[in-house]
Amino acid sequence: MFLTVSKKVGRSLLVVLLVTIAVVGLLGLAPGSVAQVILGENATPQAVAELNAKLGLDAPFWSQYFGWLSDAVRGDLGTSPLTGQSVSEAIAERLPVTLQLAAMGLLIALVVALVMGVISASRPGSAVDRGMNALSAVFLSVPAFIAGPVLIYFLAIKLQIFPVMGWSRISEGLGDNLRSAMLPALAIALTEIAAFHRLLRTDLMGTLREDFIAAARAKGMPSWYVMFRHALRPSSFSLITVAGINLGRLIGGTVIVETLFGLPGLGQLVASSITSRDVIMVQGIVAFIAVVYVGINTLVDLSYQVVDPRVRKVVGA
Amino acid sequence: MTQVALEKKDDAQRVESTTEDLPKVPAAKKTRSVLVYLSIVWLVLIIGAAIFASVLPLAPYNVPIGPPRTPPNLDSLDTLLGTDTLGRSILSRVVYGAQVSLVIGAVAGLVGFLIGSFFGMIAGYFGKRVDAVISLLADAMLAFPPLILLLALASILTPSVRTILFGLGLLAIPSFIRLARANTLSWSSREFVRAAKNMGAGSGRILFREIMPNVLAPLASYMPIVIAALIVAEGSLSFLGLGIPPPQPSWGGMINDGKDAIATSPHLVFVPALVIFFTVFALNQVGDHLRTKYDRTLHD
Repeated sequence: MFLTVSKKVGRSLLVVLLVTIAVVGLLGLAPGSVAQVILGENATPQAVAELNAKLGLDAPFWSQYFGWLSDAVRGDLGTSPLTGQSVSEAIAERLPVTLQLAAMGLLIALVVALVMGVISASRPGSAVDRGMNALSAVFLSVPAFIAGPVLIYFLAIKLQIFPVMGWSRISEGLGDNLRSAMLPALAIALTEIAAFHRLLRTDLMGTLREDFIAAARAKGMPSWYVMFRHALRPSSFSLITVAGINLGRLIGGTVIVETLFGLPGLGQLVASSITSRDVIMVQGIVAFIAVVYVGINTLVDLSYQVVDPRVRKVVGA
Repeated sequence: MTQVALEKKDDAQRVESTTEDLPKVPAAKKTRSVLVYLSIVWLVLIIGAAIFASVLPLAPYNVPIGPPRTPPNLDSLDTLLGTDTLGRSILSRVVYGAQVSLVIGAVAGLVGFLIGSFFGMIAGYFGKRVDAVISLLADAMLAFPPLILLLALASILTPSVRTILFGLGLLAIPSFIRLARANTLSWSSREFVRAAKNMGAGSGRILFREIMPNVLAPLASYMPIVIAALIVAEGSLSFLGLGIPPPQPSWGGMINDGKDAIATSPHLVFVPALVIFFTVFALNQVGDHLRTKYDRTLHD
C-alpha cells in the first residue's frame, strides 16, 4: 500500500517537473522579449539587452529554470516585470473567481445530469431515454464560445434576467454575485452535463441489474425509492470522481468565458499576460494550473485505493 | 469472445445449410438512428461545399457585396445568410471558413493519429521502461490546459495555418497514445501473437503485421470525435482573436467579429454558431457510431 502510494506520488512529481520544464522552455522561445515590451518599440537593442540581463533573462536555460524552480517550491513564483505585482499574489487574487465559476458550472451540471440520468436509466431504450440521449448529444456539441453569446442574447439582452457582462464580488451582495456568475457558469456547464449524463446512465443501468436491486423490488418497495435509496449511491461513484477531475481541468479551462464576460479570473489573466509577453506571469500561472490538475488527479487516484479495496490488488499486481 | 462467436457462427451456418425445417432466426436488427444519417448528409454537404467553394457561384469572401449587417433574406444567393459587419457575404465566408476549419481539424487529427498511435503501440507492446517513459510524456502533455497551450504557442509563433496545425496536432497526440496503448495491450496477449513469436517473428513484424491491422480500425474510429474537438479548439482560438489571421474567414473568428453587434444583428453570431454546432454534432454522432462498432476495448 505504502509502495503504490509513494510510486504514484513520485510519478505525479515527475509529470509536474516535465510540465514546468516545458513551460519555462516554451516561453523562453518567445520572440519580442519582456524587455522589448517594457521599453517600447523604439528601444535600442543595447537597452533591451541590458534590461534582459538585469531581469536575468539572458542566462542559459537550465540555470534560469533551476533558479525559477528553487524559488517556486518556496512559494515565490517571481514578480511580473510589467506590473510589478508578485505572481503568487496575482494568482491568489484571481483564483476565487475562477474557482467559483468552475464550482458553479459543475454543480449545475451535476444537478441537471442527475435528473436526466435517473430518467434515462429508469426506462433504458424508451422514447424518453432516447430523447435524453439526443439532448445530451446536443449539449456535448455546444462549446463555450457558442453557448456564451447565445445565452447572452436570450437571457441577458432579450429577457434581461442576467447582466450582459462584468463581475460583482460577493462583498457587493450574494445575489448580484450569483447573477453575474450565472451565465458564464451555464456556458461551462453544458458540455459537462452531457459527459455526466452518459456516465451516470451507464453506471445506473449496471447497478439496476444487480441482485440487491431485484431483492429490494421483490420486497415491494416503490421504484422511486429503489432508485434513489438503493441504486443512486453506488452508481454515483465514478460521477463524483470525474467531477473532481474536471474541477482541476476547468481551472485552466475558463479562458473563453472569462474573456467573453469580462470576469477578473485566472484565465483572463493568462490571456492578457500572453498577449503582453509577460513570460514570468504566464510561467507561474501555467505551472500552478498544471500542479493543481495533477494534484487533484493523484488525490482521486489514491482515494480510490482507500474507498474501493478491489483496486488495490490490481495496482499491486 | 471472438473465438466462441466464430465457432457459434460456423455451427449456425452448418445447421442452416443442412436442416431446412428449423425456424430461421432473423439477423439482429441494427439500430442506426436517424441522427446518424442526417449527420452524414450534413458532413457530405459541408465537405462538398468546402471542396468546390471556388466553383460555386459565390461572391468572394473578402469583398463587400452590400450594406453591412443585412439580415438573412432570399433576394440573392449571396445575401441568403445576410452580410457581416463589413458587408461581406456570410454564406461565402461560411463556405470558405469550412475549408479552413475542416482542413485544420482533419490534418491536425491525422498528424496526432499517426504520431500518437505509433508511440502508443510501441508503449503497449514493449511495456516496462519504454511504456513508463512514453506514458509519462503523455501524462505531462495532458496536464497542460489545452487552450492555454494553444494561446502560448500563438504568442510564440505568429498565428498562421501552419502554426495552428502544429499546436492542434500536439494536442491530439497524447489521447491517441493512450488509446493505441490500451488497444495494443489487449491484442498483444492474444494467441496469434504468441504463435507468431514462437515461429520466430521479430518485434517489428509482430507489431506492424500482426497487431497494427487490428488496432488501426478502432483507433481510426476515434478520428471524427478528435476532429470535432480540434475544430472546437481552433474555433476557441479564433474566437479569442488568435487564430487564422484575417481576411481569411474562420467560423470562430466570425463569431468573434459579430459578438459585439449581437443585440442588433444576432444573425452575425447565430449563423456561424449553428454551422459549428451542426458540424461538431455530426462528427460526434458519426464518431460514436463508429466507436461502438469498432472499439473492442469498450466491449470486453
